[in-house]
Amino acid sequence: MEKILQLDGVSKWFGESQAVADVSLNLPQGILALLGSSGCGKTTLLRLIAGFEQPQTGSIEIAGREVTSNNCWIPPEQRRLGMVFQDYALFPHLTVAENVAFGLKRQEKDAAKRLIELVGLTGLEKRYPYQLSGGQQQRVALARALAPQPPLVLLDEPLSNLDVQVRLRLREEIRDILKATGTSAVFVTHDQEEALAIADLVAVMSKGKLEQIGTPQEVYTQPASRFVAEFVTGGNFISAERQGQLWATEVGCFAASDGGEKKADLMIREEDLLIEPTESEGAVIIHNRRFLGREYRYCLLTPSGKELHARTAISQVFPVGAKVKLNVASTIKIFPA
Amino acid sequence: MRRNASSPPLFLVAIAVIVAIAITLPLTYLVIRTAGVGTEKLINLVSRPRTLTVLFNSAGMAAFVTLFSALIAVPLAFLTLQTDLPGRKFWLIATTLPLAVPSYVGSFALIAAFGPKGSLLQLWLEPLGVTELPEIYGWFGTILALTLFTYPYLLLSVRAGLMLIDPATVEAGRSLGLNQLSTFFRVLLPQLRPSIIAGGLLVALYALRDFGTPSLMRFDAFTRVIFLQYKSSFNRNQAAALALLLVALVLGILWLEYKVRSRAAYYGRNLSIVQSPVIVKLGASKIVALLFCAIVVSLSLFLPVGVTVFWLWRSLASSNTAYGTVSWSAIAQPALNSVAAAGFTAVIATICAIPVAILAVRFPSRVTTAIERCSYIGFGLPGIVVAISLVFLGSQYLPWLYQTLPMLVFAYLVLFLPQSVGTIRSSLLQLHPQLEESARLLGRTPWQTLKEITFPLVRPGVLNGAVLVFLTAIKELPATLLLAPIGFDTLATEIWKATENVSFSDAAVGSLAMLVVSMGSTLPVLLHEQKTSKR
Repeated sequence: MEKILQLDGVSKWFGESQAVADVSLNLPQGILALLGSSGCGKTTLLRLIAGFEQPQTGSIEIAGREVTSNNCWIPPEQRRLGMVFQDYALFPHLTVAENVAFGLKRQEKDAAKRLIELVGLTGLEKRYPYQLSGGQQQRVALARALAPQPPLVLLDEPLSNLDVQVRLRLREEIRDILKATGTSAVFVTHDQEEALAIADLVAVMSKGKLEQIGTPQEVYTQPASRFVAEFVTGGNFISAERQGQLWATEVGCFAASDGGEKKADLMIREEDLLIEPTESEGAVIIHNRRFLGREYRYCLLTPSGKELHARTAISQVFPVGAKVKLNVASTIKIFPA
Repeated sequence: MRRNASSPPLFLVAIAVIVAIAITLPLTYLVIRTAGVGTEKLINLVSRPRTLTVLFNSAGMAAFVTLFSALIAVPLAFLTLQTDLPGRKFWLIATTLPLAVPSYVGSFALIAAFGPKGSLLQLWLEPLGVTELPEIYGWFGTILALTLFTYPYLLLSVRAGLMLIDPATVEAGRSLGLNQLSTFFRVLLPQLRPSIIAGGLLVALYALRDFGTPSLMRFDAFTRVIFLQYKSSFNRNQAAALALLLVALVLGILWLEYKVRSRAAYYGRNLSIVQSPVIVKLGASKIVALLFCAIVVSLSLFLPVGVTVFWLWRSLASSNTAYGTVSWSAIAQPALNSVAAAGFTAVIATICAIPVAILAVRFPSRVTTAIERCSYIGFGLPGIVVAISLVFLGSQYLPWLYQTLPMLVFAYLVLFLPQSVGTIRSSLLQLHPQLEESARLLGRTPWQTLKEITFPLVRPGVLNGAVLVFLTAIKELPATLLLAPIGFDTLATEIWKATENVSFSDAAVGSLAMLVVSMGSTLPVLLHEQKTSKR
């Protein structure tokens, strides 16, 4: 089966600055999340795929068809892509129905009705965009992009302008709709939780480079670089020195896979950090505690004054100022210091 | 007596009320006068074939001018904002600058260039045996001249609309399978419709109100016919009825424009992300685009300047020939008169506008709003209408004022007070009322507050308003023609007379002076706007 999207050595400079640096990736089918902080080049990469920008080097294939390479350039309107823009870009002079039907040929207008139903906007066909809420506008944008039945849809931070509750509900719906229509998608976001929740594959970008691509589980549990570990996992980092089979830190000795180095940083995820009360001197102190509903999030202060974070079940309560010692629940990943 | 702390100082109200009453005088008199004619006679007057012809002429002319302006302005707006047109910034300014060419100067230039006899083109073709060119007068010349010198109003409106459109909708169009051309027609153009209609109505408004062009082009539009009625038969009732009909037409268009503008607000959106527009690469059609811009700018900008300079040079080179002579002293007096009349108007308009603006902004109430509305009446009144009304009023009731400088300045005041009130109002709106309230708490009286706080802070806006009134008043033609004291010639009337008599050389010096003043004052504004709009 052919790949829906293939990028090969794609680079894009704007003047002196390199926005996308030699990115190669494959999406066989399904939803790919492009994850990174703002300015990392993820939106530029999306616009390169859409054909609104032209890369200096590299080639792009969509559904087995070459759309960009050294000797080939297909304009955006011939790429058979759907696109959902960050601020929706609905046509303000057209109704909902007219917006959705915009990319359809005359004989296919029935498809518009079907999609309006699919995104749950039946009854609003005659409204204009300014008469809709943000979430409704987003649904229209999605329906409009899906109406011509493109094999691949591009979504540029589609949820970033919505409030939290709408965002959580809509991201599930978008995933369901994409799956129901069998459409593949590239989904740009800066929200790691959103990326992990919606995608089949997550590609993490930093400073124009592709740091890692893998399933959400792989990226979360096996971060390939310190950047991915910090950005996606949000874990604690503790500097450590090798002592025989163990790694010694200021908060105790831990077992970890062998990297062969003398010094390293240990990464411990917040939910893997176990807290036990202790009386010993030089212990870790509970600095503050926040109740998050399902769990507590503790901020801990090490003897050297470094902050660590831990999450525990609400059955386990420690007062602020209590002395505690730390254990680790799962295997620790190490990164070169 | 207890006085409400928020009630305005009485002296301001007194001045403002007097101003408002005075400003409404010409229109009120016109209505009373027309009503005095009697319904039956009035219907008779209005339904005369002559009146219907004039109505048809004016409406048709305005419609064609609007149509052609749109055909010029919409492509120009797009080319100068969203393409890689070579020299885009130059064209951006050059296509807007014809705004500064007074329509009668532009018409003079067209006649002096392409007129049937004694024009530039005819003189060039004379060696080939061409003694007379086809007529430029009438429909053709009027529509040509008005289109060339009013399309910038539409252009400005369309450009403003274009800048409000979310560039992502263009990309959305492309992603849904449209090429660049159909994106323009199916995505951009429909979104621009409110701006095009609003700008078009503005163009129609200017076309209907214009006096210089129809008169010089000998085209029987309202403005010219009213003037002819006044001049020949002195048939006051007929002239008054025509004037009122014209006012009704103009007010109708103003109302439509207002409606379109308020509806257009629906389309305005708050963009959370400001994206730079998609620049369209013109490719091979660059040459066509350049040619289009060049033709428009040549006719509307280079031609008036070039023709004026040519006739000036010609009369300097061949003094005492049949083409007439330039005598600098002959132009010095009218220039001085122009400056004096416009200068007086600027000062008086500012003095009258300040109380009106302060009341409207700081003490909003039904009364102050009504006063402000009254001050805007001039915007709906064509110059010829104000002039004709004041001629009747003056000759009948105020003979000691009729054809004096104060009467002329009063006509200017009615016409240009809106500009003064508008600029002062907007600079007042930017001044936080808490500044004035602090001054009051620190022990200043309302009058002291005005003198020490308000006025120093709004002075730049007040000065701008005065300069604007000066520059518009100096260009005014019909009121000057009808109301100036006998022997009081201005640059505007000199140009008009010389063009009427086909003595182009005589009009050249005045035209050039007018173009220099007008463009010299418009260009800095345009350059400044271009700088600020980029940010």
